[in-house]
Amino acid sequence: MESLSNRKKVLEQKPMNFWERIYLPSIFKGLAITFRHMFVKKETIFYPEQTRPVSENWRGLHSLKRDENGRERCTACGLCALACPAEAITMTAAERQKGEENLYREEKYAAVYEINMLRCIFCGLCEEACPKEAIYLDGPIVAADYLRKDFIYGKDKLVEAPLKS
Amino acid sequence: MELALIIEKFILVVVIFAVSLGVAAYSTLAERKIAAFLQGRVGPHRAGPGGMFQPLADGGKMFFKEEIIPAESNPFLFIMGPSLALLTACIGSAVIPWGQSMQFGDRVVELQVTDINVGILYIFGVVSLGVYGIMIGGWASNNKFSLMGAIRAASQNISYEIAMGLSLIALLMVSGTLSLKDIVEQQHGFWNNGWFTWNVFTQPLGFLLFIVCSFAECNRTPFDLPESENELVAGYHTEYSGFKLGAFLFAEYVNMFVSSAVMATLYWGGYNYPGMDYVFELLGPTWAPIVGIAVLFAKIFFFIFFFMWIRWTIPRFRYDQLMNLGWKVLIPLAIANIILTGIWITIKDNLL
Amino acid sequence: MNLFYFVAFLSIFFSLLVIFSKNPVYSVLFLIVTFFTFSVHYILLNAQFLAIVNFIVYMGAIMVLFLFVLMLLNLNKDTEPMKSSLLKIAGVVSGLCLLLTLVGAVKSLNVSEPLILKDPGIGLVKNLGKVLFNEFLLPFEVSSILLFSAMVGSVLLAKKDPKKI
Repeated sequence: MESLSNRKKVLEQKPMNFWERIYLPSIFKGLAITFRHMFVKKETIFYPEQTRPVSENWRGLHSLKRDENGRERCTACGLCALACPAEAITMTAAERQKGEENLYREEKYAAVYEINMLRCIFCGLCEEACPKEAIYLDGPIVAADYLRKDFIYGKDKLVEAPLKS
Repeated sequence: MELALIIEKFILVVVIFAVSLGVAAYSTLAERKIAAFLQGRVGPHRAGPGGMFQPLADGGKMFFKEEIIPAESNPFLFIMGPSLALLTACIGSAVIPWGQSMQFGDRVVELQVTDINVGILYIFGVVSLGVYGIMIGGWASNNKFSLMGAIRAASQNISYEIAMGLSLIALLMVSGTLSLKDIVEQQHGFWNNGWFTWNVFTQPLGFLLFIVCSFAECNRTPFDLPESENELVAGYHTEYSGFKLGAFLFAEYVNMFVSSAVMATLYWGGYNYPGMDYVFELLGPTWAPIVGIAVLFAKIFFFIFFFMWIRWTIPRFRYDQLMNLGWKVLIPLAIANIILTGIWITIKDNLL
Repeated sequence: MNLFYFVAFLSIFFSLLVIFSKNPVYSVLFLIVTFFTFSVHYILLNAQFLAIVNFIVYMGAIMVLFLFVLMLLNLNKDTEPMKSSLLKIAGVVSGLCLLLTLVGAVKSLNVSEPLILKDPGIGLVKNLGKVLFNEFLLPFEVSSILLFSAMVGSVLLAKKDPKKI
């Protein structure tokens, strides 16, 4: 058939010559190539000890941030839960009591904040929705576990460690 | 038979059995390590220093896994398959001479279980029995993939046995004996009368044919059609689990060890090495054979490495290519090799 | 001698099992065991070469092919097609004929003098080869031609007729 685009290339398949047909030279060539690979630099990354460097816009496990005084930034507005396309985030708001000013920055805070890691698609929309810059997806990958209920991460796993000193 | 001889042979048998199983166990580690190295990886390295105890972990896993016997299978034959495979793999090493005779005081110990005068034929018979384990196991599984694997194994082994036997005949014409001990003794040293003594230098084509056929007999890549995982799931051991699967895999590695030993013995001079007479004088008849054993094992390990090296280099043949290679290439070449050897022997005997 | 009787018992036992087992695959497997006992007989007679050749050719090659063919058959159908009564009568008659012949042959047996081999090493490879290539050279070569013609015939049968395609 006539080629309309004129880009068709007719490949010529030459009959194999004697050395190609007995196949042994190519076997030895292949053996040499694989043998050379014994001495190349090993690409293995020993995972738990070493980790692969991640890119700037990497989105991993969520963390709830604290401000410069070590107070939780989250005000339990629910915008992240609203923004979440996978319906992974739930929270219960509570009012800040007297004497808790050093714990929570705003007058309202999240008493319970849960993310279901099996639902989460790590899209980062919660991060963008947050008006208080309280949630960031800057953690590692989510660890494996045995039970489904263990993938619902509460505040104990999500909130950043309190400031030292 | 005197008691001392029986004890001596018993110890030898136990040692050979233990060594061949040990080598087979560490071949599993070596296979994974070599595969990793050839692919620029590191391989198993967590269990012990450098992954030393990985075979133990694998073996333990094999033992403690659940064993499943399929409901529609034939339980007796299902168990007999892997046992037969392991048995035939292990008994081949009985006629291989592992070293020169050692001298303890005034007692001379032969490092060969038995020197029957049909040694090569014995190995050949054992190899030809090896296919039964696979066939019986594959058939008893009552699984179409297993059956396909078993049938492939049968036809492949029969086809390549012929070429293997014919390639050996040329060697026998040169050596004039069927006893492995005599064949090794003929290859004494390295250089004699202006030519190498090792058979590979007089029978290079025979060696090439033999190594190709032994790849096929061991069901190793590029001839691992009986267990080709992309078309037959796992071939004859699809239905196997636990230690019965382990026996099949183990049999493959023991087969590799034994056929490496046979190759080293028949073609690469066995326990002979250059300058062995000098070493014999230096160390005496008790310790010099140890060097010979070490040399033989070095050769065996090289061949095992070669098996693995090939495995991670060459892709699997297609089935028709396999049959074409066996019947249309290897067998005519082997016959041509026999004729050439015959002509050469006639010329050498009559004219030179 | 006791070993001989034990092995002889085994060979008869397994050959009976070959006949009486319902499953053809079992039959073939018992036949393999029977051949193995034959090999043991040969070894007892100091005929090592014959033993090994029996081992390789019968156990290692021919029986593998038998098993190969049987595996390809559909053995799940237990029911044998009913034979016609004519066939049954013919079977009974021929069986009786065989029995009669056997009985007659056994009856005419008389105990012969125990044969003592002049050369106990006659079964070894070297002696056998010398005998085959000196005394029995012509029968040996003729049988090889016979095998060769059988091979050519089978190849011709297996080959497709080029005209018919």
